Amino acid sequence: MERKRLSPAHVAVLAVFGLLLALALVGPIVWGDRAEAVDLEALGEGASWAHPFGTDDLGRDMFARVLVATRLSLVLALLTAGLGCGLGLLLGLLPTMLGSHLGKLAGSAIGLLLALPGLLLALLVATIVGVGATGAVVGLAVAIAPAFARLTQTLAAQVADSEYVAAARMTGISLPRLMARHVLPNIAPALVLQAAMTIGGALLALSALSFLGLGVQEPQYDWGALLNAGLDRIYVTPAAALGPGIAIIIAGIAFNVTGDAFAGALAGETIRPARRSGRGRSRSAAASSAVPANGPSTAGSDAVLQVDGLSVAFEGDGGTLTPVRDVSFSVGAGERVGIVGESGSGKSLTALAIADLIEPPGTVQAKRLALHGRDLRELPERERRRLLVTSLAMVFQDPLSSLNPVLRIERQVGEAAEVHLGATRRQARVRAVEQLRELRIPGAARRMGQHPHELSGGMRQRVTIAMGLTTRPSLIVADEPTTALDVTVQRQVLRVLRRVNAEHGTAVVLISHDISVISAFCERVLVMYAGRVVEELAADRMHADAAHPYTRALLAATPALDADLDRPLATIPGRQPALDAVPDGCPFAPRCVHASDRCRERLPLLETLGEGRRVACWHPQGTALPVPEQEMKR
Amino acid sequence: MRHPWLRFALRRTAGFAVSLAVLVTITFLITQLVPGDPVRASLGPTAPASLVQERRAALHLDEPVLQQYRYYVEGLVRGDFGRSFTSGQPVAEVIADRFPMTLRLALVAFVVTLLVAVPLGMAIAVLTRGGRRPGIEKSFSLTTGFVVSVPEYLMATALVALFAVTLDWLPVTGSSDWTAYVLPLVAISAVPIAVLARITRVETLKVLDQEYMRVARSKRLPRRLLYVRHALPNTLTATLTVGGMLLAGLVAGTVIVENIFSWPGLGTAIVEAIPQKNYPLVQAIALLLGTIVLLVNFVVDMLLARLDPRSLIRES
Repeated sequence: MERKRLSPAHVAVLAVFGLLLALALVGPIVWGDRAEAVDLEALGEGASWAHPFGTDDLGRDMFARVLVATRLSLVLALLTAGLGCGLGLLLGLLPTMLGSHLGKLAGSAIGLLLALPGLLLALLVATIVGVGATGAVVGLAVAIAPAFARLTQTLAAQVADSEYVAAARMTGISLPRLMARHVLPNIAPALVLQAAMTIGGALLALSALSFLGLGVQEPQYDWGALLNAGLDRIYVTPAAALGPGIAIIIAGIAFNVTGDAFAGALAGETIRPARRSGRGRSRSAAASSAVPANGPSTAGSDAVLQVDGLSVAFEGDGGTLTPVRDVSFSVGAGERVGIVGESGSGKSLTALAIADLIEPPGTVQAKRLALHGRDLRELPERERRRLLVTSLAMVFQDPLSSLNPVLRIERQVGEAAEVHLGATRRQARVRAVEQLRELRIPGAARRMGQHPHELSGGMRQRVTIAMGLTTRPSLIVADEPTTALDVTVQRQVLRVLRRVNAEHGTAVVLISHDISVISAFCERVLVMYAGRVVEELAADRMHADAAHPYTRALLAATPALDADLDRPLATIPGRQPALDAVPDGCPFAPRCVHASDRCRERLPLLETLGEGRRVACWHPQGTALPVPEQEMKR
Repeated sequence: MRHPWLRFALRRTAGFAVSLAVLVTITFLITQLVPGDPVRASLGPTAPASLVQERRAALHLDEPVLQQYRYYVEGLVRGDFGRSFTSGQPVAEVIADRFPMTLRLALVAFVVTLLVAVPLGMAIAVLTRGGRRPGIEKSFSLTTGFVVSVPEYLMATALVALFAVTLDWLPVTGSSDWTAYVLPLVAISAVPIAVLARITRVETLKVLDQEYMRVARSKRLPRRLLYVRHALPNTLTATLTVGGMLLAGLVAGTVIVENIFSWPGLGTAIVEAIPQKNYPLVQAIALLLGTIVLLVNFVVDMLLARLDPRSLIRES
């Protein structure tokens, strides 16, 4: 593991921390006399060079008193934290030690104490013990204990459940020994850390009690007591109150940040926003879109969706990553188009880009991205929204997370109609019920009042489909809608999509990694690899027409029902190139048995071979191909 | 069909009752645990023996502990908290006098905290999502980090020094109009606002990354609906849990801040009563403040169960 370097801020805080410790050691020795020196000529003076924090009502120098008070303040804080954590430790181990019944009782006792505010506990105990430093320390220790006990209890319970403790128990070891030998050492680091962090809190709380006059009493003084004395005269000499205040803040921050730093060092890492794995600049989006692209294969004015030269890029620390590159295709009215590819091939991002759902830091570039012939990016916000709502619905992969857990089904299915079609709440509800009925969801009316967790996975996916359909879109983009479901439910969901397609003429773009699902459902298939479309062909002629070695490999990797079970499953060796290391030539070349030097050097472009048939390969396979022609061109 | 919510409510109510009983017992124990004779301790060594005897009798201190406990509980039920050791005034009157002031301060502070922290945390989350606007994110975490490390009594002192003494804009004490509320409110709610805003931000970021938010976005809902209807309720579990804890903390906060601003509430009363060994008053105030905190936690739990049906499942 890499050792974490301390940041300059941490170093500074550690320095302050050291300074505080030094002050606590030598403060009373060096400044003790000055702090006690009564000067009747300088009663309650303001800040000056001689007295940076002014003087108190006996003319004693506040600066010296603040420095001297460091020791008592820190010592009391340590005592309090030590006592509190000790108590907490004992209390927290009880639930594990006492076994199930008594232990549960001890656990509830901890919970009960936790529910009471700490200051109240501290005040009550201080009332019993008596006003003064002892009362404050004991009171705050009692206030600290429950939280520490809860932490101990949780940690101990985790360890006690572990296999090695179970194993140790089998040897007949006594309970106290088990605790001392096996449980405590394992939870000690976390507890020590927590204890260290408690010191800062104890310091602040003690100062609060002293400040209220319930802590350290005359003639002793800590920072809180000084602050209390200073506050009485704040109108005359603000510095007298601010001096001790500053000391308390500095010490509090020093303790807390030091605790954090140790916690970070112990955990071995600092928490940072997740970074993209990119290292070294990848080829930029501009470079890829400079490559000329062929127009969409079935372009036409009746196309529901037209995509031309679509790229999706992410600006990261390590440069720009382009997971979708120069994708072009179109979808006609009522058509069922599939996009197939391994995970990471860019198919889901393509879907999100079409639906205008790419969020920063992602950016979308395209020569054309049109629904019903109207380019989304040329429309004003309001109209774009309208167009998207009325023409496109998305269905996402995981029905368990696609529905909002706190909203009723009625709300989630009905709200699009309410917001966009101007329906009233009642109309939206009627619409929602109709929609669920149409998708054959049993008990549609009853579902309205339910929450998502009351529905099964398949039912939830049908609800998400219903949700998208309430605005009668002409296109459904379904991104792996069946992946999270089991096989029978998969079939149900596909049947629903199929029926919507047949009855309403709704076009469907189905995205899946499963080429058999795609070929069964779709009319036309786009094969994506490393962010690009590498082949487009008719679904029913897949086996006959597949020309790209990748498509053929995908088909070969799908076991047929009559496959010989003794033979190993065919797999595609190698893996897709990483996003930051896409080669200049054909991205599939490293995994391709037909690859030549040309494949490794130059990117093959998507060539149109016929109606709805395109391929990007220097060495297309199969018999029905005018192979040499393509090679001769370049 | 079974009623998970009802079952949950019953269990929570039982838990609340037990906590309350424990609180009553703890406050009762104060007079029992004080070393020596609490009345003598309170009146001092010079007080005449007859007075001490009279007070002891009024407190039933000479009777068996269980009997005393019965008197104590019966008194509470009747609303009789005994008499103040120092003034002889019924404690109930003192409380009726002081409690509204504390309640007003704490409630306004709580509302201010919620109204500022939740929108602030959400806004920062929305603005800085996906690593955008790192400047805003950094200044937010620095500011809140600083505010959290400054305890309320220091915050209050600094506020007084700045706004009341140096700038002379706002009164420290004495004024009865709204300006008297400004500094105490800021002092009490600064830390809770910082804590809650941080938690709201983190929770909102988590929620915004959920698939159902993407689905909601795909419905092209207006931002208001997107954030208020779809995101906010999902962040509430954490926000409310912390909110309940913060309200409990506000009670402690008012105790301290009241003393700085000489606010005539329960906080000043209990801090005066402790050194005076005015046990009946300490008992009553502790009981009241503790009950409020327990009640708040109880209400928050019930609200959560209502708002987020999943919490019922998690519970069982």
